Amino acid sequence: MTNVMGELCTISLPRKASHVHDGVMAAVGVDMAGVKAIDLTKSYGSVQAVSGIDFSIAPGETVALLGPNGAGKSTTIDMVLGLSRPDRGSVSVFGVPPASAVRAGWVGGMLQSGFPPDLLKVREFVTLMASYYPHPLRVDDVLRLTGAHELADRWTKKLSGGQAQRARVAAALVGNPDLLVLDEPTAGIDVEGRHEFWEVMRGVAAQGKTVIFATHYLEEADAFADRIVLIARGRIVADGPATEIKAKAGSRSVRATLPHADVEALRALPGVRAVERHGDSVVLSCSDADRALASLFARFPEVRDVEVRGGTLEEAFLELTGDGNAPRAEETGR
Amino acid sequence: MSGATHVRYEVVRSLRNHRSLVFSLALPLVLYYSIAGGNRHATSAGVSFPLYFMAAMAAYGAMFATVSTGGHLAIDRTRGWARQLRITPLRARTEMVAKVLAAYLVALPALALVFLAGVTLGAHLDAAQWFEMTGLLLAGLAPFILMGLILGHLVPGDALVPAVGGLVVVFALLGGVFGSFFNGAMLAFTKLLPSYWLAHAGKDALVSGDWPAQGWILVAVWTLVLALLAALAYRRDTGRV
Repeated sequence: MTNVMGELCTISLPRKASHVHDGVMAAVGVDMAGVKAIDLTKSYGSVQAVSGIDFSIAPGETVALLGPNGAGKSTTIDMVLGLSRPDRGSVSVFGVPPASAVRAGWVGGMLQSGFPPDLLKVREFVTLMASYYPHPLRVDDVLRLTGAHELADRWTKKLSGGQAQRARVAAALVGNPDLLVLDEPTAGIDVEGRHEFWEVMRGVAAQGKTVIFATHYLEEADAFADRIVLIARGRIVADGPATEIKAKAGSRSVRATLPHADVEALRALPGVRAVERHGDSVVLSCSDADRALASLFARFPEVRDVEVRGGTLEEAFLELTGDGNAPRAEETGR
Repeated sequence: MSGATHVRYEVVRSLRNHRSLVFSLALPLVLYYSIAGGNRHATSAGVSFPLYFMAAMAAYGAMFATVSTGGHLAIDRTRGWARQLRITPLRARTEMVAKVLAAYLVALPALALVFLAGVTLGAHLDAAQWFEMTGLLLAGLAPFILMGLILGHLVPGDALVPAVGGLVVVFALLGGVFGSFFNGAMLAFTKLLPSYWLAHAGKDALVSGDWPAQGWILVAVWTLVLALLAALAYRRDTGRV
């Protein structure tokens, strides 16, 4: 991970021209972390929601916190935003405690089920949000960018799910924060709405903002994040670019025609985890498909019709998170 | 960043809350005319009934206005807005001050309307007495603003309307807003309630121009204790709803 981080720092920093950055960088000093979590741990009652999470997110990076429901994503996000205090460990945002970063206006967020206040119109809501921040964007610009301008004169209470989403995105962006934290930002939104949302977010990320989002949609993490932090049962089970995670899960398989194959010998090949035989053809599930292929050709020169199928993120996800639907209560005390 | 916009929108939102305006503006006016209108020459607590009841109904409407403004926090919590606010640079202190200011600003029309009605029924005070009565009413409302805030932290949004109604009616009845029904130990008890001093603000302004020390001490103690509780409730209330 260290090399990936270094690389991202060098690419992303020159792009940044934000007002806060002089201050932020001065505060950060040599340590260029945007968001840094060390041994974050949080329990609710007897349930340990997050058990010792470490990560470091560089300024300008877009990172997905991916995991099944109950994995600890929202708990982690609450601590990053200073909404809850870790039982153990610490988290810093641009080198300062989350509460200080929030107060400085460096942070914008979209929480789950954070609906706009009632008795206001959309434009008023976005104007109100802008008023909290030291260097807000122009309300009209943000309304247009997010497609919320058509809703500007609507009551916040009368919005459909997708419309409320647009208003919330506008509200999160209008403060012009350097870090955007999005907790399941597209939950309950239709496909079209999701596309629009990520379209806007792509633009935001391109401006060099740091974006952290929690999701349980694999496609979103795969398509939008520079890097995926995979969380299950309160722990990080993988951290890296989507390709690396797929590789790490080792879910590539090699299919070949090999009559009368000795299954035991195949299983003993380096890089092979499991073997299935269907008549003349065999399927090798590989932890390291490259090594498995080399040794397959060396040991069995008669092998034909060799096919390598790349693993999907979904396979990686299921493999790395174990039973993704395991109830969290069972994880107590781990 | 000053919080001025936040205060302005808090007031705007309160004034747009028509359901609560019915209770804080219309109801006291209707009650005032229907009850004081038929008892124009009666007396209560030693002063003319239209005058006594004017202050009492003004207090009643203003109690509704202040408790429901503070209590609106329950709706903000249920909608997730209260949590969203905590991840903006807005300070908790500004948020509190905004609620208090907004509550006072919506209480003013509630007071003014019933005062006008009182004048039409012949209640008369000199300028200093009007001023003193208004001052006493505003001071006596402070605990109710805080009660509203605490209520907002405690009840879910859909329970807010009955909770506000119940709280205001109980305090109003015990405090003597609808007339003093109590004596002896019960009267001594009701004198411990801030609503007693609200209900008697008109009489006290006319007779002595002020509350007795007991009134000020009680209102101050209620305000202080409730402010502490409100701060505690705010601090505790960071969880997801």
